[in-house]
Amino acid sequence: MGLNPLIRLEGISFGYTQKAVLTGIDMTIGEGEVVALLGPNGCGKSTLIKIILGVLRPDRGRVFYNGEDIRRLGAKYVARQMAYVPQTHKTSFPYTVRDIVMMGRIPHKTFFFRYTKSDGEIAKKALESLSILHLADRAYTEISGGERQLALIARALAQGARTFIMDEPAGGLDYGNQLKLLDQIIRLSRDGYTFIKATHSPEHALWIADRAVMIKDGTVMAAGAAEEIINTQNLRRLYNASVNVLDNGVFRACVPQTICGCMGDAGQREGRTMVMRKVARG
Amino acid sequence: MKVKKVLFPLLSIILALTAAVSLTIGKYPLELIDIAGFFLFKIFNVGVMDPERYGLLRSVLLDIRMPRILAAALIGASLSVAGASFQAMFVNPLVSPSLLGVLAGASLGAALGMVFSDSWLAVQCLTFIFGLFSVLIAVGIAKMHKGNAILLLILGGVISSALFTSLLSIIKYIADPTNQLPAIVQWLMGGLSMVDCRTLVFAGVPQLVSIMLMILFSGYLNALGMGDEEARSLGIPVEGIRMLLIFLATLMSALTVVLAGMVGWVGLIIPHIARMLVGPDNKILIPASALIGAIYLIIVDDVSRMLFSVEIPIGITTSLIGIPFFVAILRKAKRGWD
Repeated sequence: MGLNPLIRLEGISFGYTQKAVLTGIDMTIGEGEVVALLGPNGCGKSTLIKIILGVLRPDRGRVFYNGEDIRRLGAKYVARQMAYVPQTHKTSFPYTVRDIVMMGRIPHKTFFFRYTKSDGEIAKKALESLSILHLADRAYTEISGGERQLALIARALAQGARTFIMDEPAGGLDYGNQLKLLDQIIRLSRDGYTFIKATHSPEHALWIADRAVMIKDGTVMAAGAAEEIINTQNLRRLYNASVNVLDNGVFRACVPQTICGCMGDAGQREGRTMVMRKVARG
Repeated sequence: MKVKKVLFPLLSIILALTAAVSLTIGKYPLELIDIAGFFLFKIFNVGVMDPERYGLLRSVLLDIRMPRILAAALIGASLSVAGASFQAMFVNPLVSPSLLGVLAGASLGAALGMVFSDSWLAVQCLTFIFGLFSVLIAVGIAKMHKGNAILLLILGGVISSALFTSLLSIIKYIADPTNQLPAIVQWLMGGLSMVDCRTLVFAGVPQLVSIMLMILFSGYLNALGMGDEEARSLGIPVEGIRMLLIFLATLMSALTVVLAGMVGWVGLIIPHIARMLVGPDNKILIPASALIGAIYLIIVDDVSRMLFSVEIPIGITTSLIGIPFFVAILRKAKRGWD
């Protein structure tokens, strides 16, 4: 890594009433890293994200931001450092995109607040940098899922946070919008933003993440450089799925076993050649 | 942005005009010019006025019509603001100020007062106390359980409303059917004829203060509507702010019952009209609702007073006007709900 540790999780455990969701999670996230959280449904990824944000309180363990316990830093301060980008959702009321982005200014405000001109400018800049300024006065309920996701990222930018914590940001987006979203993440990470991103797609993690953390049954199953730990063996264990990670030396792809047309780990080689042949023919 | 600059002065002028015109309406018809003359004489000592006529105008305008119009404006504003803030907070456009049981509790309080005491003050105090008490029970029920806070609060409100409505039935049942029962029934229909200056001050000042505070806090309402976790990630102390806003809304709603009994539908339809005019942003919606609600209720009270030779309880008028109106705007208002 060689990066400053920005966020450190120490022995995080959490349980809803009876069932333990997370047990003894340790993790370090460096400044400027893109970290993908991988794991099956219900493995505790979303819970972990909310704990990192300080929105949920762990039963045991602590979260440190720059070496300070986030509980001691206060919610407003934390909100100025870390922004939550939820999975795209709809609101009941047709707030405009601008209204949504302006919410990002709340952590910079005192108890009674009015938005000022400079808040408006910051929101405008955030929209501009994602090229969605034309959506500012559109109703958030009437734009597409991809545009809503960009609006939520714009809010995170307006929040002034340098760390973005995303819960399935690509969930529910069509293929084109998924790629656009990944582009924005790559662009922002080059500008030094840190990303923690729960994702259902190991391929997305392979494409954009520096590191991956695999969570299964509330514990860390594997953690490390994305291209090292996202391999056939780990993915099979993580998802109980018959999948192969194929590598042609340039890029990797996760391909279901059935498509490889062969059985067992040993078949991976043939599978690879078959897929490569397909690629060559196409 | 442009709308905002024109809208508030415009609404304020309409409110002032409505109030002025309403001063002329009543059993003793007056011209605007008479009223202007009276106020000029009273405040600036300009012009001449026959003492007998002065006394008459004084009692008609200052003792009867003014408190009534002010009360109508305050009640309209309070119910609309409470309704708009509940709709934003509970992320549901069909919510009204009675959601957490404040109106059911206040009705029981009023009925208790009418049956067990002869003092009007006691009735008003009990109305207020039970209004707050029923919301406290709703919140208490919600806090007993862990889970989705919004859903639990709504359930708590349903339970609390049901409880206080049944208790009200008991009181109605045991009330003396010749005097007390008609009084209770009439109170539940709402009416501004009981408003006097003292009540107006005691209820109106806290109402005004809580409306002002609600306007100051309105910036949080948008974010609260995004869900608790998202709001918390923006650094908002969600639980605390929500309880504070519920308290303010409850306070202003309970005081409307103290002033005029049950006035239904205002808190549901005015926020919709306001939202159609200014959009859903609560920083603008809440003050706009206050002004539109005030204008609306002054007009409805004029209708109640003048439509027939006897006054119709205002709760009936607001429902009769509100229901068809709601049906008419439903098509437009539901845009973007789902």
